[in-house]
Amino acid sequence: MATHNPDHSTTNNGAAVQLRQLKPSFSSRVKEFFIRHLQVFFYSLGLLSRSPFATLMTASALGIALALPAGLYVILDHARQLSGDMDSINQISLFMKKEASNEAIQATKEKLDRLPEIAQVKYINRTTALQEFQKNSGFGDALKALKENPLPDLLIVYPSLTHSAPEQIKALLVILKKLNSVERVQLDIQWLQRLHAIINIGQRGVLIIGSLLALAVLLIVGNTIRLAIENRRSEIIVTKLIGGTDSFIRRPFLYTGFWYGLLSGLIAVLLVNISLIIMNDPLAHLSSLYNNNLFSLGLMGVDISSTLLLSGCFLGLLGARIAVGKHLKDIEPK
Amino acid sequence: MIVFDQVSKRYPGGNEALSNVNFHLHPGEMAFLTGHSGAGKSTLLKLIALIERASSGRVIIGGKNLNKVGRHTLPYLRRNMGIIFQDYQLLYDRTVFDNVALPLIISGFSSREVKKRVHAALDKVGLLRFEKKYPITLSGGEQQRISIARAVVNKPALLLADEPTGNLDPELSHEIMDLFIAFHQVGVTVLIATHDIPLIKQLDKRIIQLSHGEIAHGQADQKVHTPDNNQPPFIMST
Repeated sequence: MATHNPDHSTTNNGAAVQLRQLKPSFSSRVKEFFIRHLQVFFYSLGLLSRSPFATLMTASALGIALALPAGLYVILDHARQLSGDMDSINQISLFMKKEASNEAIQATKEKLDRLPEIAQVKYINRTTALQEFQKNSGFGDALKALKENPLPDLLIVYPSLTHSAPEQIKALLVILKKLNSVERVQLDIQWLQRLHAIINIGQRGVLIIGSLLALAVLLIVGNTIRLAIENRRSEIIVTKLIGGTDSFIRRPFLYTGFWYGLLSGLIAVLLVNISLIIMNDPLAHLSSLYNNNLFSLGLMGVDISSTLLLSGCFLGLLGARIAVGKHLKDIEPK
Repeated sequence: MIVFDQVSKRYPGGNEALSNVNFHLHPGEMAFLTGHSGAGKSTLLKLIALIERASSGRVIIGGKNLNKVGRHTLPYLRRNMGIIFQDYQLLYDRTVFDNVALPLIISGFSSREVKKRVHAALDKVGLLRFEKKYPITLSGGEQQRISIARAVVNKPALLLADEPTGNLDPELSHEIMDLFIAFHQVGVTVLIATHDIPLIKQLDKRIIQLSHGEIAHGQADQKVHTPDNNQPPFIMST
């Protein structure tokens, strides 16, 4: 036994190795692994709840960062749906000449009805139009004071679906403009195209804002976790000294990041929904002024809400993972 | 159990803390590491605990060449060592029970086992009645006994202590040393760095004296204690 040869001593210890060492069984370790995960899961929540004010402040900052792009997205989504509904009512208005007789208008309508490019033609009599306008516009009495009806007769042309491509519509417009009794042709599509363009810009904007704010969430979580690591420096050192693995030490911080993410997701859902509720009434009013009940924001859909929560959790975890990976290595016992 | 084979340690800046150190500690042996401040006692212990790495030479612990232990296997090696510090290194926001339980929780013992073993360890250091207290409410000697309980709770084959009595009065120091001797008697290999020469003179154990980073005295086995049969083995629990 008394030897100075290091290699010799290794064999000596080899014999000792056969003795049973204090080590939990494999099944116990697997079971404990999950139990500990669950414990750390709630332990990290407990740590956060110990300083509720600080936790809420951080989570609110994260929540606002998440709520901003999410809210914009919800509004844009509604606008897109609305304009999508209007795509199908792609229509051309033909304002008839004042002097055009009823017969002439009927003849024009019949002629148009026969064209393959056109699905339907609707005739709106100027008298009917005036009555409707009086009823809906709120200018009823003022309009009654007029000596004669200022409105022209109107033919509304609905191009058939097979002929609704922009070039085909243009060709149709040329035909319509040549009609005798037609004063003016108006294509009610240009504003829609503009709206589409605006929505597209808006979507890009949301994407940019969303990415920037997601980055902000990562940085805030990362910084919060960095501070948490710094606060628990001695604990990390002790844990390392008694054989804690990196993943063991990392775990509570990752769960902390997760909780921050989940909490901020919940706050974001709450903020967006409150904003929608606040905006709903005035929007419904505006919508009713346009005599249309299409535009109502309602609350956030389940899909968007869950996406928001999931991205919150993901960003929280990712931010924590980056911070832990970066700072844990620097803390070693000395 | 511990083999130092031509080990040198230079810190960045050129300060050579250990130079060409050779010694050999058998399984179940108990030894004291002495020397003046800066002689390299702490560095030697740090090399064993893998807190520092040797600049040259080999450190072999339980048959494992520490040069070949990577970052990921290092924690498993440390689980086989109980390390005791002059400043106790306890966690002051946790109860005595939770402090002592930490090594077992890291290894993945069930709550029932943890409770049983923590109680056994606290009982051994005579502080079972303090399990629900916080370390800060206890005296220095009591805190050191808790850190010893934590070091032995998972029955490591090797106990390392760096000035364990450095902050304690002579009477308490004796109590602590008695604890170490008790563990040595059940087969644990014990290496204690201390400069309390009067204390260890009475104990009749091997003394390894360091001077300016070299072994001045005690390199040879002056006193070899044949290990007991029930000594705990040293295994990497990977």
